[in-house]
Amino acid sequence: MAVAFEQEVSVEQPQLGEWQPRIVAFLCNWCSYTGADLAGISRMQWDPSVSIVRVMCSGRMDPTFVAKAFELGADGVIISGCHPGDCHYQEGNYKTLRRVHLLKRLVAGFGISPDRVRLVWVSASEGDQWASTANDMAREIRTLGPLRLQT
Amino acid sequence: MKEILIDPITRLEGHGKIDIFVDDDGEVADCFFIVPELRGFEAFCVGRPVEEMPRITSRICGVCSEAHHIASAKACDDVYHVEIPPAARKLRELLYSAFFAGDHMTHFYILAGPDFVMGPDAPPAERNILGMIHKLGIDTGKVVIGARAAAHDIVKILGGKTIHMVTALPGGVTKGVTPEERAELIDRAGTLLEAAKFTIDILNDVVLANQAYLDLILSDTYTHRFNSMGTVDENGHLNVYDGMIRVVDADGDQIVTYHPRDYLDNIAEHVETWSYLKFPFLKARGWTGFTDGSDSGLYRASPLSRVNAATGMATPLAQAEYERYFETLTGDASGATPVHQTLATHWARVVELVYAAERTMELARDEEILSPDIRTIPTETPTEGVGCIEAPRGTLTHHYVTDERGILEKVNLVVGTTNNHGPISMSIKKAAQGLITAGSEITEGVLNKIEMAFRAYDPCFACATHSLPGQMSMIVRVRAPDGTVVSEVRRD
Amino acid sequence: MTIEAEPITAAPTKPKLALYWAASCGGCEIAVLDIKEKILDVDAAFDVVFWPVAVDFKVRDVEAMDDGEITLCLFNGAVRTSDNEYMANLLRRKARVLVAFGSCACEGCIPALSNTTTRRATLDWAFRDSPSTDNPGDVRPQTQTVTEFGTLELPEFWETVRTLDQVVDVDYYVPGCPPQAHQIWAVLETVIDILQNGKPLPPKGSILGAGDKTCCDECPRVREEKRITGFVRPHEIIPDPDTCLLDQGILCMGPATRSGCGALCVTVGVPCRGCYGPAPNSKDQGTKMVAALSSVIDSQDPAVIEQILDGIVDPVGTFYRFSMAKATLGRVNLEGSSPGDTEREEVGL
Repeated sequence: MAVAFEQEVSVEQPQLGEWQPRIVAFLCNWCSYTGADLAGISRMQWDPSVSIVRVMCSGRMDPTFVAKAFELGADGVIISGCHPGDCHYQEGNYKTLRRVHLLKRLVAGFGISPDRVRLVWVSASEGDQWASTANDMAREIRTLGPLRLQT
Repeated sequence: MKEILIDPITRLEGHGKIDIFVDDDGEVADCFFIVPELRGFEAFCVGRPVEEMPRITSRICGVCSEAHHIASAKACDDVYHVEIPPAARKLRELLYSAFFAGDHMTHFYILAGPDFVMGPDAPPAERNILGMIHKLGIDTGKVVIGARAAAHDIVKILGGKTIHMVTALPGGVTKGVTPEERAELIDRAGTLLEAAKFTIDILNDVVLANQAYLDLILSDTYTHRFNSMGTVDENGHLNVYDGMIRVVDADGDQIVTYHPRDYLDNIAEHVETWSYLKFPFLKARGWTGFTDGSDSGLYRASPLSRVNAATGMATPLAQAEYERYFETLTGDASGATPVHQTLATHWARVVELVYAAERTMELARDEEILSPDIRTIPTETPTEGVGCIEAPRGTLTHHYVTDERGILEKVNLVVGTTNNHGPISMSIKKAAQGLITAGSEITEGVLNKIEMAFRAYDPCFACATHSLPGQMSMIVRVRAPDGTVVSEVRRD
Repeated sequence: MTIEAEPITAAPTKPKLALYWAASCGGCEIAVLDIKEKILDVDAAFDVVFWPVAVDFKVRDVEAMDDGEITLCLFNGAVRTSDNEYMANLLRRKARVLVAFGSCACEGCIPALSNTTTRRATLDWAFRDSPSTDNPGDVRPQTQTVTEFGTLELPEFWETVRTLDQVVDVDYYVPGCPPQAHQIWAVLETVIDILQNGKPLPPKGSILGAGDKTCCDECPRVREEKRITGFVRPHEIIPDPDTCLLDQGILCMGPATRSGCGALCVTVGVPCRGCYGPAPNSKDQGTKMVAALSSVIDSQDPAVIEQILDGIVDPVGTFYRFSMAKATLGRVNLEGSSPGDTEREEVGL
């Protein structure tokens, strides 16, 4: 069940008018989304610049979604799935693993920092993991700055 | 001052325009040949794996894609310091000779032919391959289409695709030949050979037998004394596939013979503000501007120059035609005296056509092409390489520098037609100056005759089987500064 | 003194056909003529009113036509210069049906690889830094050169290569580099049938002259669905002639490419590079290939995966070899190309 958790609040308070990163997170239904839910229910603070899209499995995440997210204005993308070995659909997250590795190389080839794409494994009980991932990513993207795709 | 802009020029590959300025006395003050296109292959190939270059650079030109593909493969072989098996070399040369013959066939009939067979002043509606077929008979059409198809079949069998072939890699080729395929190759080579012989007859009966055409060919309007570049084998014979690059001056004396790897010591490219295409020149002379003569930096790279730079042809029928050509135009069958009449390029093209067809047959009959040993796997670390070939319209050079994985760091290309940018500019200008003079009427035929000055160089396009009639209706009105109509030409 | 050429348009008889090439190699034009004797059927069905490679009509003739007067225009080549863009807009107005013909017009093809570099780098190399260029004064081509007698003009050279539909509204697409002759004839035959028998046009935006599967469907090689433990480059091995190239570790774009060509390349031993454009139901050929390859890589260990992926030496240039102009991620962002640059800069920096 939900556990109250002591953690350092590291959410940066945005200044009015300052650029805010936009981060899209694809979370698998069974593990990661539940974990994020847990973070919410536990009232853990995590950066509001992260918006969540729920997919049934991280393996559903077509690489095109990541490219599309960037095209539509995202500055960073998080993909989160079940830990290796725990995938609800057996192999889905292994496909995700390989996809993201290759996708990062592709993204880097476009002159976009591969750190804008982050893969994590978050289980249903790891609300804290989710919160710190979101915060860390937001911090990373703030450092990298806005992504301006050249079209 | 009035300006005549021919835009676009037609019956060639690519984009071009001719800008003519005529002064108030009716004389041509200046004339420019402008190339308004640029795609930037050299820059965007950086970062690509070198073995992909044969298929990337073939897209420089969809007509002579074979030239780029194979020159690129040769450069790749050089980058990897790999020797390709003899059978692979023969297969590449066989394919290339067939392509070369087919390309020359179509240029002679489709692009250049109409100007001679129908006449340069013929109505545009007739001045094309269909008009030629009407005049010469349907058999001519069949020969042309059949030759083109034969060349294509050979390219398809050995190269995988007719346009943008795919089979040359560093170390060899990916496709060998079965006995059945070889029988087809021999059959197609036969078609090319017959077409070449047929073309000599057409040349004799229709062009050379016509005094008006002979006068045009020999006229000063279409003559420049340029240095000549071509590729020759170890016997000094013209070779379109491989060899040393030889340049002779306007009197036929050698300026230099160089190995493709040494091209940078011998040629350089000049830039003008009014064209995207550069102007190569001989380093031995430096950039001397738009001049001709032995002291000029400009040189031609075309059938005319190749035949000038060679001391003979490697196959019998071609050698006979070579001797006849030089005997007729210079009085010396040995070829020691270069030919300088630009329109004679069409005849030089026939000499090459015969050679290419004969060479195709020689190689098709060679047993070694059946060998399964057609690839050597490169083992050396790739560094840098140059590959050259004679594209139908000039000497083509590919130069690559890679890192130790064979990923390209630098690319330099000097493309066939580019060599001729300076000479073409001068040929057009001289033709314009000769044809547009005080009191002369500027007819559509006059403008076409100016275009003929570049068509002789076959600037990178062979329009495959057909050119369709131009039924454009047009009025050309020449107005004086006050607006009154000075003269009018109608085509409707 | 001026010379004016005033075209007269004759009373229309047959439907009018125009073919034009923008930033292209000319291969698509040759491909049209490769339908051999069937060109006579085309000649019988249409009046060719504009085709610079073959026919002596000029731009002014097209300008003088009524809007929609040209029944069908086959436009090949990408849009790179202001001339290309002008012609795209002109032909869109004058043609009833405008077809993006060939890979350049559809996805950008090889010229679109220029989107992996910058215009500045392209021009600097071509006119200053290449080893054969002799230009100590750093002279550059200019859009206008004033001479003693008049002004010479060159079109502007844009930063980004674009497809036809990124510039004007396109009715149909015929993919391929080049489109294969039998496919071209299929399209033309359909058009003639429609014109002569009143059949309905296909839905706007249709892809014609190609299949609705991937290149793998046409490939004669046997697929064993092996998992790959490493990639090799095409010149590094002599592949088995009957087995799938990807199974043998040779990167092949077949799974991400539309069918229609007859799998010509793989038949002669070289891997597909994607010239028929993205596979059906995928607009981005590169990310589709990422997905396809990820399925066949044989490892669950991140370190091993990275090692296997090291064998893909040029992901952007390989996965987008023919479709760089349609990459969702846009063009490559190199140092020196400032974000938010507008495209319309003068040549001659």
